[in-house]
Amino acid sequence: MLLEQTISTRGTEPAPETFVLNLGPQHPATHGVLRLKLTMDGEYILRGEPVPGYIHRMHEKMGENRTYAQFLPNTSRIDYLAAMHYTHALVALVERAAGIEVPPRAEYVRVITSELNRISSHLVWFGAYLLDLGGFTPLLYAFDDREKILDLLEAITGARLTYGYYRFGGLANDVDAAFVEGTRAFVTYMQPRLDLYRKLVTDNIILRKRLEDIGPISAEMCRRYGASGPVLRGAGVACDVRRTEPYSVYPSLDFAVPVFPEGDCLARYRVRMEEMAQSLRIIDQALTQLPEGPIQAKVPRVIKLPPGEYYSAVEAARGRFAIRVVSDGKDIPYRVKLRTPSFANLTLFEEASQGMMLPDALALLGSLDLVIPDIDR
Amino acid sequence: MNVPEPYRLLLYLVGTLAFVGLNAAYLVWVERKGAARFQRRPGPTEVGPAGLLQPIADALKLLSKQVLVPPEADRLLFRLAPLLVLMPALMCLATIPFSAALGARDLNLGLVMVFAFGSINVLAIMLGGWASRNKYSIISAARIVSQNVAYEIPMLLVVITLLMVTGTMNLREIVEQQAGGFWHWHILRLTANPLMPVTFLIFFICLLAETNRAPFDMAEAESELVAGAFTEYAGMSFGVFFMAEYANVLVGCSLATVLFFGGWQSPVGVGSGLLWFLLKLYLLIFLVVWVRWTFPRTQFYRLLNLSWTLLIPVSLGILLLTAGLLKVF
Amino acid sequence: MKRALSDLFGGFVSLLTGLRITLQQFFKPSVTVHYPHETLPMPERFRGPVMLVRDPATGQALCIACKSCEKACPSDCLVVEGVKREGDKKKSVTEFKLDFTRCSLCGSCVEVCPVDALKFSKAYNLASTSRTAFCQIDLLERREEPRP
Repeated sequence: MLLEQTISTRGTEPAPETFVLNLGPQHPATHGVLRLKLTMDGEYILRGEPVPGYIHRMHEKMGENRTYAQFLPNTSRIDYLAAMHYTHALVALVERAAGIEVPPRAEYVRVITSELNRISSHLVWFGAYLLDLGGFTPLLYAFDDREKILDLLEAITGARLTYGYYRFGGLANDVDAAFVEGTRAFVTYMQPRLDLYRKLVTDNIILRKRLEDIGPISAEMCRRYGASGPVLRGAGVACDVRRTEPYSVYPSLDFAVPVFPEGDCLARYRVRMEEMAQSLRIIDQALTQLPEGPIQAKVPRVIKLPPGEYYSAVEAARGRFAIRVVSDGKDIPYRVKLRTPSFANLTLFEEASQGMMLPDALALLGSLDLVIPDIDR
Repeated sequence: MNVPEPYRLLLYLVGTLAFVGLNAAYLVWVERKGAARFQRRPGPTEVGPAGLLQPIADALKLLSKQVLVPPEADRLLFRLAPLLVLMPALMCLATIPFSAALGARDLNLGLVMVFAFGSINVLAIMLGGWASRNKYSIISAARIVSQNVAYEIPMLLVVITLLMVTGTMNLREIVEQQAGGFWHWHILRLTANPLMPVTFLIFFICLLAETNRAPFDMAEAESELVAGAFTEYAGMSFGVFFMAEYANVLVGCSLATVLFFGGWQSPVGVGSGLLWFLLKLYLLIFLVVWVRWTFPRTQFYRLLNLSWTLLIPVSLGILLLTAGLLKVF
Repeated sequence: MKRALSDLFGGFVSLLTGLRITLQQFFKPSVTVHYPHETLPMPERFRGPVMLVRDPATGQALCIACKSCEKACPSDCLVVEGVKREGDKKKSVTEFKLDFTRCSLCGSCVEVCPVDALKFSKAYNLASTSRTAFCQIDLLERREEPRP
């Protein structure tokens, strides 16, 4: 109803008592260079228009003028908080298209590192979200835990964010016993920490009052905008690429897809908190099942995909990330399309924020878990 | 102390100025160190031992910066606001008795004076926000006025409850009534009102809201309003706002010490003095810091709802209860 | 009414729990590394700016100037030139320049090298007062790890 009202007033002169608040591109709550053009009536938002594009780096175009192997490092840099998942999408695409058989050990290590990356990404979101809500201390607790993941991943990949760890047909390096031990230790360490977060933050009455019934997003709205990931699962739809379009060794692992039907900020919050616990479960199982063996399949030196269209999707930390490649048979793709979850999730904001108050709209914005380079790519 | 009148005034004026200035500077250090400990990091360490000279370094940095006035701003009000914001805290402290002998002014209406001056602080922040001609600042100015109007009421209701028990507005006399052990302090004076700890809790919540401390820091709310009313302030004019926040916390906690925790009275009845006052004061300030670094911020409208739907009815109830009990016994 | 009351008391308890947790953390030791005074060892596989591997006996670079790295680099940051000297079996390198401003430390060059003549250094806080300092790093000149 509110949407219709706003649409009908679009293009006409704004009412004299409204004003435009330009939130960003430099603002503490946008965590990057996102700009929101808010037409406000007092503290109420009549229309909140996101203006992305401030950190556009033409990743798609870059993909179209370099070989597949040269494009691989770029995938770590689209969403720098979930580099593993993005690299996974590209390697899975090329492996499927070129018919490369990946050794099982490599697949298990991919799952372990991907899930570690998911936890670290959710921890950043958790900290940053609490910062948006005015609580500073949980941020540093979360970063303390995340540091442990980064140390583990740095030891095997050599980098702390832009891992670039997966290769077509396998991995860049094998994992050693220290990593396996360290990851086991992390899993046992992290479970009580999640408990601490629940007691300190999730159960806190101030936070609950702040998030309950704020920013409702329905499943129908998610469908219209193509939202995915925790936003969609927070709206009651059990849609997870790991389940619906299984890839890697996820089918052999037992994990739940957390779903909360309320569709408010608290539901999205709880989906992510629950996902961290599930990721720990996945890591635990994958470590137990981790087979010995090679980590790299035999791959031609120059990768050329047969002409055609290829598509590969993964469940990244923020939702469904997919790459579509059109190949004309050369070693350089003809067209690369990146379908990033943050962009689709951001488009919700304009409709969902209508009639909200400014602090609630920022709570909504934070609950979408946007990474700005992922929007602009 | 027996000092002739004009000198006594001067002495206490200088003393209060120094006390507020020193405390405002070093409470920043306490807050930074405290926050760091809650977050398991060391906090300031580089300037002086344990970072003790950090406030001085900060002050020097702020003082050496240019005070910028935005071209659109109301120049007079913009400059007036920082001056106005620190003054009430100084005036309030003049009435606080630090010990039996130490106190700038022994006023019969001390409590009234504290609240009268305490309200000017709000005006100053509002003026600053309004004069900045910044959208964030104006939102913040509107917020701070409604917040303070809402919280002044339960705070005064609580204080009236206490006044009925004490029968005086003279802060020195209020402290003297609480002599002889911690069970005589007003917070535990359950005979007058069995809900006295709740009364203190309401007072404390109002104190946080009146001084714009987290979780009620709506005026600043850095993730929503950038820096709220202080967005356009640079250099020392910002520094003064910052100091005023701590000066107000100091006044608020002093008042809580006097009203509820027996001022300079020792908890065991013997050895009362200034040290006890300071100990209680800083413990309360630590509590304020502790609360800030534990909780997220509330929403603005919930903050108002909390006051109008919970604190005001409850404090009214306590008021009636106390009145009834006093009448009966 | 019942809900409001349970909210009130449950909420109050949750606030006290929060305070208890932060107070517990208050007395625990700090977890941070006091950076300029303390530093952490870099892991074995840390990807710092690349450098040439030299023969420990002669000090000569192992590079055979095959230019694989130049081709593999996604950002064109390497320039390699070499000559075949009389009597040598392989080419030897005469120029090896790295434009570090464009390098994203992806490691493609190290991976592709057929003779393992490139390795990552452990430097992580390179700094310079000159804008051009990292544009033309001559890796042949540089014999030691870049100063961290």
